[in-house]
Amino acid sequence: MPTLKDVELKIKAVKKTKQITKAMNMVATSRLRGAQQNMEAFRPYAGKFAEVLGSLAEKAGEEANPLLVPKEMVKKIHIVLCTSDRGLCGGFNLNLMDKAEALMEEKTGDGVTFSFTNFGKKGRNWSRKADGEIQEEYLGVVGTTFDFSIASTSGRRLVEGFLGGDYDEVYVIYSKFLGMAKQLPTVQQLLPIPAIQKEVGEGVADDQPYLAEHICEPSVDELLGDLLPRNVFVQIFSALLETSTSEHAARMAAMDNATKACNDMIENLTLAYNKARQSAITADLMDIVGGAEALKG
Amino acid sequence: MAANIRLEVVTPRKEVVNEEAQIIVAPGVLGEFGVLTGHTPFMTSLKIGTIRYTDAQGQERCVFVSGGFAEALPDKVTVLAESADRRCDIDLARAQAAMERAQKRIEDKSDEIDFTRAHLALRRSIQRIQLAESRRS
Repeated sequence: MPTLKDVELKIKAVKKTKQITKAMNMVATSRLRGAQQNMEAFRPYAGKFAEVLGSLAEKAGEEANPLLVPKEMVKKIHIVLCTSDRGLCGGFNLNLMDKAEALMEEKTGDGVTFSFTNFGKKGRNWSRKADGEIQEEYLGVVGTTFDFSIASTSGRRLVEGFLGGDYDEVYVIYSKFLGMAKQLPTVQQLLPIPAIQKEVGEGVADDQPYLAEHICEPSVDELLGDLLPRNVFVQIFSALLETSTSEHAARMAAMDNATKACNDMIENLTLAYNKARQSAITADLMDIVGGAEALKG
Repeated sequence: MAANIRLEVVTPRKEVVNEEAQIIVAPGVLGEFGVLTGHTPFMTSLKIGTIRYTDAQGQERCVFVSGGFAEALPDKVTVLAESADRRCDIDLARAQAAMERAQKRIEDKSDEIDFTRAHLALRRSIQRIQLAESRRS
């Protein structure tokens, strides 16, 4: 039986933990709102970009740009891993790393090497132990409000690396934000750029043959050459936004659970405390009664 | 004046402009071009520079763009830029700091990639500063 003092201390400790988890939950909630707004703000740009790119790609030939052409031998695989900097968000980072591990297992073969670009400390620490070289790391990005220039800086390196033969394939692993309670670790191929589907709303496409007679300046191929690297930046930016939003959502859920667990623990401990107090009182009473009996005798 | 044309300037962070304009002049890579309502469908990439337009009230307005591309349709012009600021929103101090930073990097001359990037940064900051200073006159 724990003593009264022990249980009291324990209750105090759990109450303090609860305060922390509750505060973290509230912080995550407000950050989540900000991250969602950033995602909303990006949507018009991404939508319009996909639309323009889709219609241009349709006009240009299949192999109009080296960024579209798969390499014959895939030996050097680069993984862009987006995770959070901080923990206390449940299985969020673990799920992403599992995904990375699965991808590496799938691609492992004779002479295949891996390298990494890491967004977020958790993934960086994982990559250090993994079989591959960390070429870039960006800490303090995911989960904050960041600029498009981060995506274009890292994206430019990837494009240059791909064209220069440093990488044969580039993948990004990020957490897709599907809803408050659902975040899905996702693998997406960045380079070579997978075949681009035309992403025009179907109703619009029918009554107006889109971009059919656009004058392009400079030529379609040159425009495409300008747009395709940007497409990589857009994908990275969107992956970062999704991961940030997911991180906050995951942390919110984890902290909510932790707060609930704290409540349960406090309840049980209070019960134990009352029991201990009760048995202490009973013991005291027995003493007094025993003493009185002895005096009488 | 004929009907107005809609101008939309969109960046990854926000929609900077979404309003009616009488005429729009934008810096294409092959030269400046003007768009009135009823323009032929047209698509081009943009240089670092300034989009000038006259709004529905006849007021001249300027927007800085850091490259990107523009699509003109008969009733609408869409500009996608990595960053864009209305003239009144330009942070002069920040642009000046960026210019100094870029100049320092250019003088450094250590890395080829950084060199081209610094040049672009310098051009962006100079454009911004020029545009910001023109708002007083």
